[in-house]
Amino acid sequence: MFQKDRLNSELSFIQKIKEIDYTLLACVVLLSIISLFVMYSTDGGEILYHTKSHFSKLLVFFPLMMIIAFFNIRHWHTFAYLFYFLIILLLMYVSFFGLKASGSQRWMDLYFFVLQPSELMKIAVILCLAKYYHRIKIENVNTLTSIILVLSIITIPIIFVISQPDLGTSVLIALSGLIVLWLGGVRVKYFVYSFITFLISLPFIISFLKPYQKLRILTFLDPDRDPLGAGYQIIQSKIAIGSGGLDGKGFLKGTQSYLDFLPEKHTDFIFTLFSEEFGFIGSVGLLILYTIIIFRITRIGALSRSNFSKLFCFGFAFSIFIYIVVNLSMVLGLLPIVGSPLPIMSYGGSSMLATMIGFGIVFSAKINRKQIIA
Amino acid sequence: MIKENLGIRKSDVINRRMFIVSIAKIIVFTGIVARLFSLQINENKKYLTLSDKNRIREWKLPPTRGNIVDYFGNIIAGNLKVYQLHIIPEQVENFNYLLVRLKTLLNLSEKKIQKILKLKNKLKPWDSIIVSENLSWSQFLKVNNYLYDLVGVKPVMTISRNYPFSEMYTHILGYVSQPNEEEILDNDIVKERYVPGMKIGKLGLEKTLEKHLIGTNAIQRYEVNAYGKRINQLEYQKGLQGSKIRLTVDTEVQKLSAQLLSNKAGSISVMDIYTGDIISMYSSPSYNPNLFLFGISKDEWQLIRNNPLKPLINKTLSGLYSPGSTIKPIVALSALENNIINTNFKVKCTGKTELYGQTFHCWKEKGHGFVSLKNAMKQSCDTYFYEVARLLGVDRLNVTAKKFGLGEKVLGEYFDNEKKGLFPNTNWKKNNLGKGWVLGETLITGIGQGYTQTTPLQLCLMTAQIANGGYRIKPKIIVNNEPLSLENAKMSMELQSLEKPSNKLFNDPKNIKIVQEAMFSSTNEQFGTSYKSRIDDPKYQFAGKTGTAQVKRISKRERELDLKLEQIPYKDRDHALYVAYGPYKNPRYALSIIVEHGGSGSKAAAPMAKALFKLIVDRDELRNKQSNFENINI
Repeated sequence: MFQKDRLNSELSFIQKIKEIDYTLLACVVLLSIISLFVMYSTDGGEILYHTKSHFSKLLVFFPLMMIIAFFNIRHWHTFAYLFYFLIILLLMYVSFFGLKASGSQRWMDLYFFVLQPSELMKIAVILCLAKYYHRIKIENVNTLTSIILVLSIITIPIIFVISQPDLGTSVLIALSGLIVLWLGGVRVKYFVYSFITFLISLPFIISFLKPYQKLRILTFLDPDRDPLGAGYQIIQSKIAIGSGGLDGKGFLKGTQSYLDFLPEKHTDFIFTLFSEEFGFIGSVGLLILYTIIIFRITRIGALSRSNFSKLFCFGFAFSIFIYIVVNLSMVLGLLPIVGSPLPIMSYGGSSMLATMIGFGIVFSAKINRKQIIA
Repeated sequence: MIKENLGIRKSDVINRRMFIVSIAKIIVFTGIVARLFSLQINENKKYLTLSDKNRIREWKLPPTRGNIVDYFGNIIAGNLKVYQLHIIPEQVENFNYLLVRLKTLLNLSEKKIQKILKLKNKLKPWDSIIVSENLSWSQFLKVNNYLYDLVGVKPVMTISRNYPFSEMYTHILGYVSQPNEEEILDNDIVKERYVPGMKIGKLGLEKTLEKHLIGTNAIQRYEVNAYGKRINQLEYQKGLQGSKIRLTVDTEVQKLSAQLLSNKAGSISVMDIYTGDIISMYSSPSYNPNLFLFGISKDEWQLIRNNPLKPLINKTLSGLYSPGSTIKPIVALSALENNIINTNFKVKCTGKTELYGQTFHCWKEKGHGFVSLKNAMKQSCDTYFYEVARLLGVDRLNVTAKKFGLGEKVLGEYFDNEKKGLFPNTNWKKNNLGKGWVLGETLITGIGQGYTQTTPLQLCLMTAQIANGGYRIKPKIIVNNEPLSLENAKMSMELQSLEKPSNKLFNDPKNIKIVQEAMFSSTNEQFGTSYKSRIDDPKYQFAGKTGTAQVKRISKRERELDLKLEQIPYKDRDHALYVAYGPYKNPRYALSIIVEHGGSGSKAAAPMAKALFKLIVDRDELRNKQSNFENINI
């Protein structure tokens, strides 16, 4: 058995290619193609800036994903902490020297690419915690030091991200981290207690929110209080989706987006455009595609021998799930507006980079599912 | 505890907890699908409507007003193509350059340039600015020649109201102009159809018939983007032109009336004595309604306003005059009807009569001697009518005068500015002046002076109703019946009086006949006051009664001086009046003429009747040949 494992760790290139999860790969490719078509539609039916840019990003990040896939998952285990600290450093750099845009400072200019380190942190925090729970003995999981340690791992990047300010990404990082804690075996009652504490302290948290964030919550509760101001986005988004109907208005025929009624149609509200043009059938289809992706990732986790792979796959699957849920709930008027992209579909390099890295690691986990990590 | 923990494999914990999370995921996704279902399937209609509301916007275009035509179908208020110049700011490359070019091309004033700049800042860049509402053809050509140099300029052809007979019909039609805010809000139909640049009736029939004339808006439906910019036209819905309205007036007669009254202040009205059709209604001087279409200039307005002959006043309907001797037929009729006098009744005229120490003069200082009704009417003897009025009393006279339409509006609701006038009685004086009636007042009422105030149209109606044999008619200016031959018109009038007995204004038809004969003699017999204006040809022969209304009391000195008309200041000269009907044998038309400060009725007013009757009678044949146009019911 040991020998077999050894052999496994030294899979040949051909074997590796055979071991790729083609269902997942097909889904990712399909999603990428859909995203290109939708981007083409946001450009008004022409190949303009957003389409070109999105395509070139896919062109770079897709091969990157494949390269990562062929690296042994062991290496990701080895460099997990380092990766995490590297991103922390980038966050620190951004908080001092980052680019500013529309009131927040979250980007760094790499000349060929504008990087948003907080997006990468979504992956880094999962990697870091996966490694931690892989290495810790199960009986130590619920010790005070362990709890404090893992909470710090989650909290430190969040402090940076919140100060940018970027509430949406902070929440997503926190949820990505917490799911690994849950999977790692932290007692259920801790979750219950903290949830109750959270509810109780909610009014205090709200009092600390910035005025525009409070406004978003108020708007969510009653979008019609300011239909042309704060409520505009959500009202127009609901109109676009609702008017799509069963089979949509047709590709390139979404009047809400074509006539500029939709805000942020390239990024956070990309689903709105998709849903307007392709209707209920298209939307559910897209959701099914995402579900297959999540299911395949979860399956890879379940098949993996090492707990690191399991934890990462489950954590990543959950974070993909939570991105989708937060984004869709937002555009469907179920949650207040928090900036959160839809994986692969939304325009935005950093988010795509992070997602592609995540997929790459998942593919690697599949290829090396029998790998035991010490 | 520890043992137990050791027994648990980490991967089991992970897998188990993953399972729980998966179930949660399924539930949440189901929730999202449910939400999608509710928005896209259940509430699809609602959101589809909202989406259309977002993207579709309607533009109303100004409606086209209905034409107004005279009895013969000549357009007297129509629509004309006008050339306008619009600027579309977003298409302009260099706005200042464009303005400089336009300024030299069209001679725009500096004020106009400032106004354009102001509009530019106010409007959206794709909304057009109207530089000129009414370009002359040569200006329009000029602009078109230089169009290559005027980027962003759009020559536009549109429709505007036009009055081809300019001042001829102003007092009947009124005019249209830009409404002010109040006028838009006051009238529901205007409020509903209003679009910037639209004109509404401000006066006369244009105003009172607004709802018929206005027409419906053409509607353009455009798809617009979120900023309100038009992307493409989805639909064009044609508007309906307002109803065509045909008036009873005859432009030829109207023209002659205007000609006769040129440079004078006064009024001419002509009426069909059986149908009540108004053939002509002209108040002089008039003014050009076309001046108001695009906003009248200050100078032109001042010119109209300050004209001492008062062109803004519609003298036919709102000018109030003492009827003078033109009231005498009514006084005579009232006395006959009340059996106060008969044809044999005679009064001796010595030139004046005394009552309670007050002297009442006849116009003829030497007096007429013994006069009967016929002679009194013929020569307009005042003394005779003083005596008749005294015997009759003002209250009985009032009843007859009211029957014949004095003190009541003639056309009623069609003209806002029409006045009721006044015919006094004892109660009226007590209620309004708080004093008792004095007999002397009865005397002067008998010769049409004193409190009595009549409009020229009332006098015309009064004469018409004497001429037609004493039947009430309803005067009208809008055609609502077929052309009627004389016999048919007469029959229709008499039939109506059978249905409605109050339409019969006399007790004994003989009395009407007596008055008619007296009026005939006044015009056609020697010594008649309008004998000089008579026409002997029976085809045109007419009967009438002159009137001279004093504007102020004549003092003793003035009476002795016996001044010539030219020697009296214009404002103090008497108004000249004449009422008549003809042709005498088979009368069809009645008229009233008033020349303000024209002097005596026989000299200033009666000669006009001669000219008018010639034309009116000739036109009568044509009039009866007119086929019926499509009429609308108003």
